[in-house]
Amino acid sequence: MHLASGTLNRDYARYTRRKIALIASGLLLLGLAALYGIATGAARIPLADVIRSLAGAGTSRRFDMIVWQIRLPQVLAAVVAGAGLAVSGAVMQSILRNPLGSPFTLGISHAAAFGAAFAVMILDSGTMTSTSLGAVAMTNPLVTTASAFAFSMLASLFIVAVSRMRGAKPETMILAGVALGALFTAGTMFLQFFADDVQLAAMVFWTFGDVARASWGELSLLASVTLAATLYFLLNVWNYNAVDAGDETARGLGVRVTRIRLWGMLTASLVTAVIVSFLGIIGFVGLVCPHMVRRLIGGDNRFLLPASAVLGAVLLLMSDTAARLILAPHLLPVSILTAFMGAPVFMVLIMKGRGT
Amino acid sequence: MILRIDGMRFSYNGHPVLHDVTFEVGQGDLVAVLGPNGVGKSTLLRCINGILKPSSGVILVEDETVLKLEAMAVARRIGYVAQHQTTGKITAFDAILMGRRPHIRLRAAAEDLQIVDGAIKSLHMEKLALRHIDRMSGGELQKVAVARALVQEPRLLLMDEPTSSLDLKNQVEILQLIRRVVREHAVAAVMTLHDLTTAFRYADQCLFLKNGGIHAAVAPQEITADIIKDVYGLPVDIHHHNGFPVVIPK
Repeated sequence: MHLASGTLNRDYARYTRRKIALIASGLLLLGLAALYGIATGAARIPLADVIRSLAGAGTSRRFDMIVWQIRLPQVLAAVVAGAGLAVSGAVMQSILRNPLGSPFTLGISHAAAFGAAFAVMILDSGTMTSTSLGAVAMTNPLVTTASAFAFSMLASLFIVAVSRMRGAKPETMILAGVALGALFTAGTMFLQFFADDVQLAAMVFWTFGDVARASWGELSLLASVTLAATLYFLLNVWNYNAVDAGDETARGLGVRVTRIRLWGMLTASLVTAVIVSFLGIIGFVGLVCPHMVRRLIGGDNRFLLPASAVLGAVLLLMSDTAARLILAPHLLPVSILTAFMGAPVFMVLIMKGRGT
Repeated sequence: MILRIDGMRFSYNGHPVLHDVTFEVGQGDLVAVLGPNGVGKSTLLRCINGILKPSSGVILVEDETVLKLEAMAVARRIGYVAQHQTTGKITAFDAILMGRRPHIRLRAAAEDLQIVDGAIKSLHMEKLALRHIDRMSGGELQKVAVARALVQEPRLLLMDEPTSSLDLKNQVEILQLIRRVVREHAVAAVMTLHDLTTAFRYADQCLFLKNGGIHAAVAPQEITADIIKDVYGLPVDIHHHNGFPVVIPK
C-alpha cells in the first residue's frame, strides 16, 4: 500500500545523523573524562603514565598500583553506575509515561536503604572500621549488600504485582512506588531510632552512595547486569516508542503493552537494585539525565536510551572526579555532589521547559 | 471478504455491551459505524482488533481468526487509529514511522523510511515532518495518527473518530485519501463517526448501533428518517444533495 512515491527524506537523514554525532561526541567525552579521572586524585599521575599503564607498556609500580587497584575500578564503577541508573530512569519514564519515573521516586532506593539498615541492626553487619584509604567499611558488607538488594527487589516485585492486579496502568505503578517509598523511609527511621551510635553511623554511612566501594569482582557483576539489561532495553526501543504513543495505539501496533511495561519495570529495577546495593544511594542521575537528553535529542527511545546511558556515565564520572578534588585530600562521596547538582539542574530544566 | 463477524458478544463486568453483532466488509468497502454516545461503537472496533476479548462469536480477517493470531500478526493485517492521541517529544516523521513497527525487527530499512515519506507527501504534511508532535494542534496530531495506521499497510483499517478534531478542509482531505486507499489497494475500512452527513458522503455502508446490537445496515442512499429517529430518538428530514443524503433535524 504505497501511498505516494516516497524517497529517502534528506532532512530526516540529516536530523538522524545529528543525533548519532551527539552520542559519538558523548562517547569521546567519556573516554577523555575517564583518562582524566584516572590521572586525578590525592596523587596526580601524568596522562602519559596513565596511558602507558593501561596499555601495559611499563610505568612505575606505584602508578600501576594506583591505576589498576584504585582509580580504574572507581572510574569504571562510575561509568557503569551512571549508565545503568540513567538508562533505567529513561526506561521507567518512558513506560510509565511520567517524567518523575526514577528509582528514587518509585521507592526502590528507599527499600535498599531500609535493607541496609535492617542488615546493620538485625543481621549485625554494621560494625565499622576505617580503611587505610580513609573510607569507612562495614565488617560484613556482603550481608548488607544482599539485604539491600533483597529489599529493593521485594519493592519492585510488589509494585509490579500491584500493577498487574490493576492492569499495569502507569499511575498504579507510580502511586504504589510512592507509597512503598514512604513505608520504607518510615521503617528506616524506626530502625535508626533504636540503633546504637555505631549502628546508626553504619546505616547513615551506607546511604552515602560512593563508587569507590566496588572491587573488581563486584564491578564485573555490576557491569554484566547493566550491560545485559541495556541490551534488553535496546532490543525493545520500538516497543517503548509505541507505549509512549499511548496504550491503545501501542496495542494496535502489535505491542503487548502489559508485558513490556512489567518486564521493563522489573529489569530497570534489577539494574538499580544491583547498583544501589553495592554502591549506596546515588540520587538524581536516573531522574535528571533522561530529561537533559530529551531536551537535546528528543524522546525517540532509539536515541534517548543510548544517549542517556552515555550522559549518565559522563555525569557520574565527572561528579566523582570533582568530589575527589573539592575537599582534597578528603574524599567526598559522589552522591552528595549529585544531589547538590541534581536539584538545581532539574529546576533549570523545568523552568526552561515551560511554554515549550 | 476481508472482515467477517458472526454472533459477536462483549460484556464488561458482567454487563452486556454488544450482542449478536454480525456483518461483513468486502474488499474496497468503507463502512461507517454510527449511533448515539455510549452505544458501543469504539468497543466494537477494539473487539475487532483484539484489544478487547469478545465473550463469544467469530471475528475473521481474510479467513483467519483474529484471537488466534499473534499480536504482531494482527497488526500486520489491521491498522488502528485510536480516538485519543498522546503527544511527546518526537517528530511527526518518527511518530508515523512507528506504524512500521509490525514490519520492523531491529531497525528501520530504507523501504520503511520511503513508505513513511510517501504517506507524509500524500497527506501534504511535508512542512510538519520534523516538527515535534507536542507542538502540534489536535487536527495535525490526528493526521499523524491516520498516517501511522496507513503505513502499517494493513488489509483492514479501523478508525475511531478519525476526523473529530479536523477542520472541514482537513476532514475532506483525510476521508478522500482513506476512500482512495481503500479502493485502489482493495483493502477495507471501518470507522466510527458522529457526523452523519460526512458518513453518508464517504461510506459505502452504514451500520447503525442501538442498545448494543446492529439496528440497521444500509447503503447511504437507503437511509430513512425512521432509522435516524429509531437510533437517535430525534425526528429528522432527509434531503438529497448531489445524490447524497443530508440529515436536517426537525
